[in-house]
Amino acid sequence: MNFEFLFNNLPELTITGLAFGAIYALVALGYTMVYGVLQLINFAHSEVFMYGTFAMLWTVMALNGAEADGVKLIAILIAALFLAMLMSAAIALILERVAYRPLIKRDAPRLIALISAIGASFVLAELMGLRDKVAEWLGLDDNLDDYVSGARINNSMAGVLEKPRFDVAGVSVSSIDLIVIVAAVGMMVLLDQFVRRSRLGKGIRATAQDPETASLMGVNPTRTIQVTFLIGGIMAGIAAFLYMLKIETTRFDVGFLLGVKAFTAAVLGGIGNLRGALLGGLILGVAENWGSALFGTEWRDVIAFVLLVLILLVRPTGLLGESLGKARA
Amino acid sequence: MRRNKVFATGVAALALGLSLTACGTTEDGGNGGSDADCDVKLAFFGPETGDAAGLGKPIIQGTQLAIDQYNEDADCKVEFVKYDSQGSPDEAPALATEAAGDESLIGVVGPAFSGESAAAGDTFAEAGLPTITPSATNPTLADNGWDTFHRALGNDATQGPAAAKYIKDTVKAGKVFVIDDASEYGAGLAGIVEKDLADAVVGTDTIQQKQTDFSATVTKVTDAKPDAVFFGGYYAEATILVGQLRDGGFDGTFVVADGVKDPAFLDAKDAAEGTIITCPCIPDTEPAVAEFAADYEAEFGEAPGTYAAEAYDAATIFLDGIDEGVDNRADMLEFVNNYDDEGITKQLKFDEKGEPADVHVYAYTVKGGAIVPEGEIK
Repeated sequence: MNFEFLFNNLPELTITGLAFGAIYALVALGYTMVYGVLQLINFAHSEVFMYGTFAMLWTVMALNGAEADGVKLIAILIAALFLAMLMSAAIALILERVAYRPLIKRDAPRLIALISAIGASFVLAELMGLRDKVAEWLGLDDNLDDYVSGARINNSMAGVLEKPRFDVAGVSVSSIDLIVIVAAVGMMVLLDQFVRRSRLGKGIRATAQDPETASLMGVNPTRTIQVTFLIGGIMAGIAAFLYMLKIETTRFDVGFLLGVKAFTAAVLGGIGNLRGALLGGLILGVAENWGSALFGTEWRDVIAFVLLVLILLVRPTGLLGESLGKARA
Repeated sequence: MRRNKVFATGVAALALGLSLTACGTTEDGGNGGSDADCDVKLAFFGPETGDAAGLGKPIIQGTQLAIDQYNEDADCKVEFVKYDSQGSPDEAPALATEAAGDESLIGVVGPAFSGESAAAGDTFAEAGLPTITPSATNPTLADNGWDTFHRALGNDATQGPAAAKYIKDTVKAGKVFVIDDASEYGAGLAGIVEKDLADAVVGTDTIQQKQTDFSATVTKVTDAKPDAVFFGGYYAEATILVGQLRDGGFDGTFVVADGVKDPAFLDAKDAAEGTIITCPCIPDTEPAVAEFAADYEAEFGEAPGTYAAEAYDAATIFLDGIDEGVDNRADMLEFVNNYDDEGITKQLKFDEKGEPADVHVYAYTVKGGAIVPEGEIK
């Protein structure tokens, strides 16, 4: 164990850990909100994130971001952010409509919905992984070649962004890491306030507490569920945007590992709890980095999951433990 | 409590789903000679689809070219079949059993990767089916006592020291950080480089395949302030790793081996510039392969990729055997073991373990967005 290295580089390791943890947290929101309202784990949420990364990549490619700079580059990035949010939100809504609503209407057991989610996850991931074949069937492969080629390997937008570093009190910090942390935490605070204060947010909490009573009080449950998926999708879109700023590379199966980690973050913080998702994500990100420093990077996932087990042993409902419905107004 | 149950089922179901995706292989029939064939087949074994398809393609095309050229004026057409392992050690044993079951198959070009070679080697040895790999470089493969195993290029025990030598003598790096990806290939190679550089190694780290965030590794590198970083692994991780190392402020030389010698590595753009790639594969600018390179380009419309020439050599050995009338595995095995002739990449001759008697390692560098040869490491 290399304690000396950890202590000497604690600030850097913490900041880069927080940055990746913030991305976990944004994705974790999607798991946590759907669980809060439906008591159902939306395993296809990782693909909602993955489609967002591709929306970002394709926007940058289509607008020729590699040759843009200054104001034009910022405009392209803003367009990419909105399209990533739009893509992820659309996929989340389609999932709700196709994979969940028919089951919920028929009062299917939760396990059935879970299998439906896993199925949807594979369909979505493989659809992206086979997009060159799909384009071929549609006869579009000539027009779309840049976008569909290399369907099963990494697709990269490296070289688009400069990533200046600067020193804060002797600690070298990447500007991208700061942007990621500030943007992610900012979005979480906004969302938290939205759920606590707005009419829609009250509807979500009411449905989470007791769907039947909520609908008697005039809350439309179907619409509330839709809004929940929509918000989860938008957050995953933002996560996808920030992920692509930081990593610059995506592929059709990028959602899987990240989805498992984000789900872990949601459980760690207390699933169904928005603030828990943030806390869980950040703790997981930092723990992975510190653990990598102490034991070697190959232990990264082991550390993350040992931490999960330890915390659940002591606090079975997660760190913050409250459900979405019981959140104080 | 119920909630926990749902989690447990979910995780179990997820694991099941995962293992299911590993299935679904394709086996393509060859498009070799259909007229007047005499029921003799040669096979490619390795990734035709999947994540590593980019590394499999030149090997398939190099083999294809050799067979097509042979079939052009042969009475007895050789059929070419492909066993698509997707480069995965999990797929390899079942596919190898399938290949072993086809008695008309008398020679295999492959398996392409070290991991799948280790997994499938026993099956080939039991079936007495001779294999010549144009690309699997893990040294321990030759130590399994498989008399069917042959290698048409230098292994990592020769590539590793060459990489270490290049780092010491040409890059002149006094401090080196060694990273590997925990794969059969990457960890083996990194281990050799680490041993050879001895005191010059200031730190090591092991990453995971499919990992995308390397911030802890980057901090380790910037903390150790090395002149060079050696990475043993494949291009998928190398591309992201080099980008994050450069963003993290590392400005020394990035040195990698043949697993990274793929056009996809150039996706890293500016970060890839100046990267040194060692490879026991012959550059297509060498006079010996000029004719092959021209034929290859005419046939496939692209310059020969990594290991295309080695695959061509491997196929040529089998084809020479068939030309001399060999039509079964036992005779082919004997023919390959005693082979001694000049190939396009090197003198082709195997020692009793199946290793090539003649080995060359070359250095390449990334310059102006292209991988260009630097010459042989001697």
